[in-house]
Amino acid sequence: MATMNGAQILIECLRREGVEVIFGYPGGQILQTFDALYDVKDIKFILTRHEQGAAHAADGYARATGKVGVCISTSGPGATNLVTGIANAFMDSIPLVAITGQVRTYLIGNDAFQESDVTGITRPITKHNFLVKDIKDLARTVREAFYIASTGRPGPVVIDFPSDVQNAKMEFEWPESVFLRSYQPRFEGHPGQIKKAARMIEKASRPILYIGGGIISSNASEELKVLAEKNLLPVTTTFMGLGAFPGAHPLCLGMLGMHGTAYANHAIMESDLIIAIGARFDDRVTGRIDAFAPHARIVHIDIDPTSISKNIRVDVPIVGDAKEILRDLIGYIRKKPDTAAWRAQIDKWRKQFPLAYKQDDVLRPQFVIEKIQELTKGDAIIATEVGQNQMWACLFYQHAHPRTWISSGGLGTMGFGLPAAIGAQLGRPEKVVFDIAGDGSIQMNIQELATAVQNKLPVKIAILNNGYLGMVRQWQELFYNKRYSHTPMQNPDFVKLAEAYGAKGMRITKKEDVVAAIKEALATPNVVVMDFVIEPEENVFPMVPAGEALNRMLGGMA
Amino acid sequence: MKHTISVLVENRFGVLARVAGLFSARGYNIDSLTVSETQDASVSRMTIVVNAEDERILEQIKKQLNKLIDVITVTDFTKKAYVERELAFIKILIDPKTLPQLRRIIKRAKAEVLVKKDDYLVVEVAADADHVRNLIGELKAFKVLELVRSGRVAVAI
Repeated sequence: MATMNGAQILIECLRREGVEVIFGYPGGQILQTFDALYDVKDIKFILTRHEQGAAHAADGYARATGKVGVCISTSGPGATNLVTGIANAFMDSIPLVAITGQVRTYLIGNDAFQESDVTGITRPITKHNFLVKDIKDLARTVREAFYIASTGRPGPVVIDFPSDVQNAKMEFEWPESVFLRSYQPRFEGHPGQIKKAARMIEKASRPILYIGGGIISSNASEELKVLAEKNLLPVTTTFMGLGAFPGAHPLCLGMLGMHGTAYANHAIMESDLIIAIGARFDDRVTGRIDAFAPHARIVHIDIDPTSISKNIRVDVPIVGDAKEILRDLIGYIRKKPDTAAWRAQIDKWRKQFPLAYKQDDVLRPQFVIEKIQELTKGDAIIATEVGQNQMWACLFYQHAHPRTWISSGGLGTMGFGLPAAIGAQLGRPEKVVFDIAGDGSIQMNIQELATAVQNKLPVKIAILNNGYLGMVRQWQELFYNKRYSHTPMQNPDFVKLAEAYGAKGMRITKKEDVVAAIKEALATPNVVVMDFVIEPEENVFPMVPAGEALNRMLGGMA
Repeated sequence: MKHTISVLVENRFGVLARVAGLFSARGYNIDSLTVSETQDASVSRMTIVVNAEDERILEQIKKQLNKLIDVITVTDFTKKAYVERELAFIKILIDPKTLPQLRRIIKRAKAEVLVKKDDYLVVEVAADADHVRNLIGELKAFKVLELVRSGRVAVAI
């Protein structure tokens, strides 16, 4: 085996882990690693314009491909700039390995230049983190980091990598296997519990499948479809579960929760059996917790025991991998439940409370999203920023496939969409990738336009420009007497800005120009920024006010 | 209700911070915490005593502890058979007038005088938590200069 320095060993390990792309930003304490990267031809390196962009891009890449995303930064400010991106991946259970340069081991704790306690800072926002103090531990640490990030409930892992360890030399040895006695994620569900769930499904008269991101992480969409179709079970998904089940499927009720569809919320509230899979009953989903689904018994399938009975007490917990459990569950169900009356009731709600918005000549955001859906045949990857733009994208785009919805759920990170779209485009070069943005969010990581242009990643950015921090303004309108405290914004000229970055810029102010603009964007092989100047005070409806029961929706226009 | 939780962990730097962080992030106070090596030098045992105001939060903390990569096992002794001990040192200023009474209390409590200096004593007691608490209560009648308690250690039986 060859003698290598720590930087070269790191890269050899990444290669053996199958890493195809690294997102990052250089700096003083990671120079040795960047020197080693100079010779690397088989792993793509993407220089972002801010470390936060690197973390989000790695996250978007991971969501779009199912592989582990990798990002790298220097110590101190480089590492702290990754923090939001790491927290974002943690909240949404996205597999990420973040490598941070660190000051030399003997300087750690001395307030050295560009030092920060990275393992301390990232401890509560990582699945695990490592400080590599000895080159002998390096290869094993990288192996463990990838194993931990990608198995069980996935999540981000940080490797803090001091510069003297990058410089140290040793014979490279690849650990062929990885075993952690204290970490053995459980994949198979308890057969007795699965059978119990099967009996409950057979007897249910108002069952509903409540699907979260776990179906996507475990690549269980096919199994879910079989379960739902064979037994005619209506399906509602969480925000993270969008795309796990085809949005246009007759059994699909769309998203539930605060900005869910009225029919999904009524259905969950009236159901007598909730089969929750890879979802965690978060407060945006349940609304007022003591009023949530009063008639329902609950089966909860999740790989993470901490998700079970955290917010809601469940009747049948099943810990394990969704894909394996669904296969077993499908086999155990002997007769399908009679859900005809229940589905008729749901269809009544569908007709009574359809998703709607005002049909007039005004340029409204929902219309823009519907047209993006039509012109991409629902086949695009949709990344979003956070706020109204994101909620409209949830509701008015019918997400057909898993791993095509790339949006910050748990943390709600403004500025996620553009770098995540860049990561997704790299992972899925054959796909059309949109970033549906607001004029507020897009400015939080607008510098990544340069990354997209430099790397010829032709993402399409649709800014739904209302001149406000729209979601906050909506809350101010509804709950703070229209006191628009610091939400109106004077924006730059996004067309000129796009052009300055070398992208194509377009401004669309009329409803009748929307289709032509999207067509033009799709025909343009470059990054395109579409500035849709929309109705300034359009709201996202339906909406359940925070802390209210799910069926107490504000309907707005609908 | 007081819970005595025994946690076996990898004997590595950072593990204590991870465990403590789970409690502190939820605004949960730890009554006592002891950490030391076990018969296997690569494994440490933490014995954590917490007062659970809300059993659901405690249940959640136990699951979260289990989820930590460096945690090998988590056992809540509360509903199990176990023995526990706590060690305390109490440094007391000697007052010749009350010394005989002090010695009687020490003897009755099966405590010991570990050190005797001209002006003070160090009393040692190793017993279950109630016993230690009771003795400390009685000794408050004297001039206590310093008090050190080890926190509980426990083993299942």
